[in-house]
Amino acid sequence: MLRSLRFRAILIFVLLFIAIIFLLPNFVELTGEWKDYLPSEKIHLGLDLQGGMRLLYQLDTAKMMDHIVDRNMEQMKDGMIREGIRFMGLDKKGEGIEVVVKSDQREKLYDFVAKQVPDMKVAASRVEGDNVYLDLSIAATQIVGLKSNAVERALETIRNRIDQSGFGVREPVITQQGESNILVELPGVKDPERALELIGRTAQLEFKLVDEGAVQSSTGAVPEGDEVLPMRQRANETGGPSTIIVKKQALLTGDMVTDAQVQIGGGQFHTGTQVDMEFSSEGARVFDKVTGENVGKRLAIILDNVVYSAPVINERISGGRAQITGNFTVDEAKDLANVLRNGALPAPVNLIQNTTVGPTLGQDSIRKGVEAAILGGILIIAFMIFYYKGSGIVADLALFLNLIYLLGAFAAFQATMTLPGIAGIILTMGMGVDTNVLIFERIREELRSGKTVRAAVDGGYMKAWVTILDAHITTLITTVILFIFGTGPIKGFAITLAIGIVINLFIAVFGSKAIFDWIIARYKPRSLSI
Amino acid sequence: MKFREITKKTSIDFIGLRNKAFVLSFVLVVLGLFGFVMVSIGKANLSVDFTGGTSVQVRFSQPMAIGNLRAALTQGGIEDVEIQQVVGQNDFIIKTQLQQAGAEKVQDRISGVISKAFPGNKFQVLGSDMVGPSVGKTLKNHAILAIILSLIAIVIYIAWRFNFVFGVAATIATFHDVLALLGIFFVLHFEMNILFITALLTIAGYSLTDTVVVYDRIRENMAKMKARSDIGQVINVSINEVLSRTLITSLTVLLVLAALLIIGGHVLFDFAFALFIGVLVGTYSSIFVASPLIYLWRRRA
Repeated sequence: MLRSLRFRAILIFVLLFIAIIFLLPNFVELTGEWKDYLPSEKIHLGLDLQGGMRLLYQLDTAKMMDHIVDRNMEQMKDGMIREGIRFMGLDKKGEGIEVVVKSDQREKLYDFVAKQVPDMKVAASRVEGDNVYLDLSIAATQIVGLKSNAVERALETIRNRIDQSGFGVREPVITQQGESNILVELPGVKDPERALELIGRTAQLEFKLVDEGAVQSSTGAVPEGDEVLPMRQRANETGGPSTIIVKKQALLTGDMVTDAQVQIGGGQFHTGTQVDMEFSSEGARVFDKVTGENVGKRLAIILDNVVYSAPVINERISGGRAQITGNFTVDEAKDLANVLRNGALPAPVNLIQNTTVGPTLGQDSIRKGVEAAILGGILIIAFMIFYYKGSGIVADLALFLNLIYLLGAFAAFQATMTLPGIAGIILTMGMGVDTNVLIFERIREELRSGKTVRAAVDGGYMKAWVTILDAHITTLITTVILFIFGTGPIKGFAITLAIGIVINLFIAVFGSKAIFDWIIARYKPRSLSI
Repeated sequence: MKFREITKKTSIDFIGLRNKAFVLSFVLVVLGLFGFVMVSIGKANLSVDFTGGTSVQVRFSQPMAIGNLRAALTQGGIEDVEIQQVVGQNDFIIKTQLQQAGAEKVQDRISGVISKAFPGNKFQVLGSDMVGPSVGKTLKNHAILAIILSLIAIVIYIAWRFNFVFGVAATIATFHDVLALLGIFFVLHFEMNILFITALLTIAGYSLTDTVVVYDRIRENMAKMKARSDIGQVINVSINEVLSRTLITSLTVLLVLAALLIIGGHVLFDFAFALFIGVLVGTYSSIFVASPLIYLWRRRA
């Protein structure tokens, strides 16, 4: 008996010690050697408590597939001309491509598709007179791979953008949700607008020649092979955006950019802030060729279909460098360099959920939540002592242990404390009280039936145990399901409650029972204050 | 030995009160079912979490009349705007089903309209929430699925720990509580958000705990009393025996929730309110719904 009591006492104190070690960083700043050996993380606060943003993006994979089909069509066109395959028609049809050839070209075409267009498979073919119609589409198995690959690349790109943003967000969360959704959490972010702009932009960089002679007709039509793009508007500009007519064909794209840096007041002719880009060797070669062939013309630098600038090409530019100028603020330039360096998203993203919590609201919530928790705690403590007298103190001690363990576990698992989490703590305390009430009422019954103190305590604990276990397990079932289906704050609630339930059960067996056993063994009381 | 007691040894005939209780429960359940139908067709006060839309919370530096704010926003092209003032504060929660105002974000449009309409009254955006419609739908489905799944899991557990009759009766009692809470929230036009779903599940858990405690005692007494007495008496004795525990636990939990209600701030108010009502309903149902159901079933058998 005493042996097992000693064991339980040691267990309680060891766990208490560990919990306090994990909680320590929340109260004192650890320095020097201490930092290397002790946990130094504070309890993480959720967005609702410290402010910040929670963004849910949907990767527009339909648009991406569309682009892939477009690209393949271009390749096919060039390829068939090169291979000397005479085709009567080449068109986009649904999510695929339709090619029309004379029947004598059929074998050559099949051969060509199999060897040189690995993305596309022949989905159907039909013959009309001498014409053969061939429907090509992307293989279903490949679509799945392309999509999941795109989500991965998007995650990677967004992660890099945020890491290099200098937002000072300590624990950003960037994860996949569902099939093609991306969840981004930025606790404590100071400038939500800038974050939205940085993360959500596709950042598709293109260089296209300006079509100087072209004019837009009154109906809005432009010459074949041209398109109208808006010019970037500067912050203090008024009026609608001006437009510019450019050639549709992109001479160079952002995937050939290897690095981009902000230059403040640099550049030969420019004193404003600009972004310097460096091309890959292939990019440098292409840029060299393009500038050489088009001296005197204007080259538009386009990001996400907005023309940033369209400088005149004065001479052939070798060496693989280019600049984007445009009266940027330092932050704008930094973000621009950031997205260019990290490359475009594989497909555009749509923002489908945006929860922003200002720091004021978060602080309000945490202060009030904590105040309420403290008041609730005091009420419980007072009530338990009032109702169960001496034993009430034991129950309060058990509750206090419970709270320290719970917070310690929170710190140790690095779980995130949210507002529902605080509610979960309060609920756990409620369950802790219930556990004690169940036990004490049983002990009273045993005492009423005339048992000795020791027999009554043992009997009370034993009989209450079944009920306590059933009650906790039913709640645990709810908690697990909440955890699986819940998102964000609800998960926080579920985690708190789950940890709380386990600790509650532990304390019901080891905590208050050990205190009672110790009192009984030490003082051998003839009556019990309960 | 003398104990401090809120109830002396009682012998209330709970089973005898069952018909009165069933009338009350019937009203609550009908209300809940009505509320559920209204939620399903989107006629209830659902948060943007479920409907999709935008909600913005602003704090004004000077007092603002809710009517003026509504008029200004409606004029500014924010359709179907719903405004709620945070009790005792100069904070307003502005809610609309819109997710996009032209090329602008709804939040920006709202800020723009307010600053133009009330140039003398400085304001601060405390937080905002924009939810696309597909997200809301998924969330609603997940919430319903979570509730149904946890109820099924719990029936299985209780059926295993006790028997099938107890399992079914406990589930009916739990459904009763969830529906009652839903109905009350619907009638009071409180906002049903993601925290409300949490509250529903928490209450389901709480009410079950209460029910399990009573059932546990019924099982114990049934084994003790065997054929000597009828089931109604066994149930009555059991409820009376655990009555003080039931009341004290509910009382302490209600104390804490009262603290949360009064000083927990507006974010927690609705949540605390749901739990408060839920604890009352859950306590009631374990005595007046879950136990009489066992009686009815056993008597017939």
